[in-house]
Amino acid sequence: MINELIERMLKGDKRATARLITLVENDEEKAREIVKKIYSNTGRAYIIGITGPPGSGKSTLVDKLIKKARDEGNIVGVIAIDPTSPFTGGALLGDRIRMQRHSTDPGVFIRSMATRGSLGGLAKATNDAIKILDAYGCDIIFVETVGVGQIEVDIVKTADTVVLVTVPGLGDDIQAIKAGLMEIADIFVVNKADKEGAEATMFELELMLDLEKDKWQKSGWRPPVVSTIAFTNKGVDELWGAINEHMEFLLNSDKIEEKRKFRVGEEIKAIVSSKIARKIGEKMGEDDIAVLIEMIAKREIDPYSAADLVLEKALGVKV
Amino acid sequence: MVKRSKVRVLIAKPGLDGHDRGAKVIARALRDAGFEVIYTGIRQTPEQIAESVVQEDIDVLGLSILSGAHMVLIPKILKLLGEKGIKANEDVLVLAGGIIPPDDAQELEKMGVGRVFGPGSPIEEIIGFIDETVPKLKKFRGES
Ligand code: B12
Ligand SMILES: Nc1nc2c(ncn2[C@@H]2O[C@H](COP(=O)(O)OP(=O)(O)OP(=O)(O)O)[C@@H](O)[C@H]2O)c(=O)[nH]1
Ligand SMILES: [Mg+2]
Repeated sequence: MINELIERMLKGDKRATARLITLVENDEEKAREIVKKIYSNTGRAYIIGITGPPGSGKSTLVDKLIKKARDEGNIVGVIAIDPTSPFTGGALLGDRIRMQRHSTDPGVFIRSMATRGSLGGLAKATNDAIKILDAYGCDIIFVETVGVGQIEVDIVKTADTVVLVTVPGLGDDIQAIKAGLMEIADIFVVNKADKEGAEATMFELELMLDLEKDKWQKSGWRPPVVSTIAFTNKGVDELWGAINEHMEFLLNSDKIEEKRKFRVGEEIKAIVSSKIARKIGEKMGEDDIAVLIEMIAKREIDPYSAADLVLEKALGVKV
Repeated sequence: MVKRSKVRVLIAKPGLDGHDRGAKVIARALRDAGFEVIYTGIRQTPEQIAESVVQEDIDVLGLSILSGAHMVLIPKILKLLGEKGIKANEDVLVLAGGIIPPDDAQELEKMGVGRVFGPGSPIEEIIGFIDETVPKLKKFRGES
C-alpha cells in the first residue's frame, strides 16, 4: 500500500500525498518506512517558518505570501499547526479558513495539523510531512506554527527562514519575546500596522537589534523589520522581498549547508529520544514504574538512581 | 472504537448563506468531544470543499446549510468527491445539518449522506453516530 501511495505521490497525486501525511501522523512504524523510501527525493524545497503570538495575523500573511510565491511560478505547500487540547485530545484547526481561496489552485497544497501533545510550536510529524511535500514537488513550503509565547522555538530547527510576526501594543511582551523568540527570527514583521503603536513597536525592535550588533555582525545577517497590514496587502511585497533576500543570503554562502546540517543533527536527537522513550515503554510496565515510585516515596532510593535503573533495564547497558 | 483524536472532521458551509452559528456550535462541540476539527467557514464553493477533503484527508465531512439550496449543493459536492475517487460511506462519512425538510433529508440519505441532523439535534446523538459509523470506513478497516 505504501509503495503504491508513494508512486502516486511522486506523479503529483494530491490524494496519495494527503494519505501519506496521515500515515506519518498516526503511525511511527509507517512514518519510518515512508521517510526511508522518499528520502532521496527530498532536499529541494525551501522552507519558510511563520511564527508569532496567537492572533498576530500569521495565517492572513501566509495567504498573501502564497499568492506572491505562486505569481513567480512556484509550487507551494503549507503546513499550518494549531494546538491540541491536553484535556480532551481534540483540536479546532482554523488556519485554513484564511487561505481557502487557494485550495482549488492545483499548484497549492494546504494541510492543517494538530500538535497532538508536542510543546515546541510544531507537531511531531511536521518534519516528516515537510519531507512528503518536498518529495511531492513543492518548491516552497510555508510552516505556520501555533500561536507562541517565548519558548516554543522548534521552528528554528525546521525552517530555512524564520519570520516572526508581532503586533503593536504588546507592550512589555516585546521584552518577553526578546528572551526566546527574538533570537530565532531572521525577519521581523510588525503586522496590524493600521493599529496604534505600530511605529513605536518598529522602533523598539530596531533598537533591540542595534544592541545585538555583535551577533549579527558575526552572522552577516541583520534581521530587517517590516511593517504590514495583512488584510490590505500593505507591506507584503516588502516582506516577500526580505524573505527572498534572506534566501539568497543563505544560498550564496555555506550558511544553508550549516543550517541544514544543524537541522539533521537535531532530527537525529529527536528520533533517538523518542525511540528510547518507546523502548522504555515496551520493557517497563506500569507496575515496574509503580514499584520504583513507591521506593522513591519511602526514600529508599533517589530519583536519579531510579532513572538509571529504568534506562539499564530498557537498554540493557549501564548509562 | 476508533480513537477520536485520530478522526479528522471538516466542517464547511457551502453556498452563500451566512448562518454560521450552527456550524460553529458543531465544530466546537466535536473538538470538545476529542475530534480533530477543521473549520473552513462560510461561502465555500463545492470545488473548495471537495479539494479540502482531499488535502486534509478527512474522515467526516460536515455540511451546514440553512439557505434552502441543499438539494443543489450537496449532490454537487458528492459528485465532485466521486470524480476524485472519494466515495461517501466508504471513504468519507458525509453529514448534513441546518434547515432541511424531511423529504429532502430522505432523498439526500439515498444519495450517500450518512444522516441529516436538523435544528435541536442533541450533540450526543451526532457524536454517537460518528463513533458508530467511522469504524466502517475503509481507512479504519485497514483496507486503504
Ligand atoms: C439566527 C438567524 C439568523 C441570523 C444569523 C446569525 C449567524 N451568524 O448565524 C441573521 C439575523 C444574520 C439571519 C439572517 C438571515 N436569515 Co436567518 N435565521 C436565523 C434563525 C432564527 C436561527 C438560526 C440559528 O442560528 N439557529 C441556532 C443554531 C445552533 O441552529 P442550527 O443552525 O439549525 O444548527 C443546529 C442543527 O441544524 C444542526 N446542524 C447545523 N449545521 C450542522 C452541520 C453538521 C455537520 C451537523 C451534524 C449538524 C448541523 O445542529 C445544530 C445544533 O442542533 C433561523 C430560524 C431557525 N429557527 O432556524 C433563521 C433562518 C435560517 N433565516 C432565514 C432567512 C431567510 C434569513 C435571511 C435570508 C433574511 C431573513 N429573512 O431574515 C438572512 C440571510 C443572511 C445571510 N447572509 O445568509 C430562514 C431560511 C429559510 C430557508 N432556508 O428556507 C430561516 C429558517 C427563518 C425562516 N423561518 O424564514 N438569520
Ligand atoms: N487590524 C488588523 N487585523 C488583522 C491584520 N491582519 C490580520 N488581522 C486579523 O487578525 C485576526 C487573526 O488573524 P490570523 O491570520 O488568523 O492570525 P494568526 O496569527 O494566524 O492566529 P492563530 O493561528 O490563531 O495564532 C483576524 O481577524 C484577521 O482578520 C492587520 O493587518 N490589521
Ligand atoms: Mg493562524
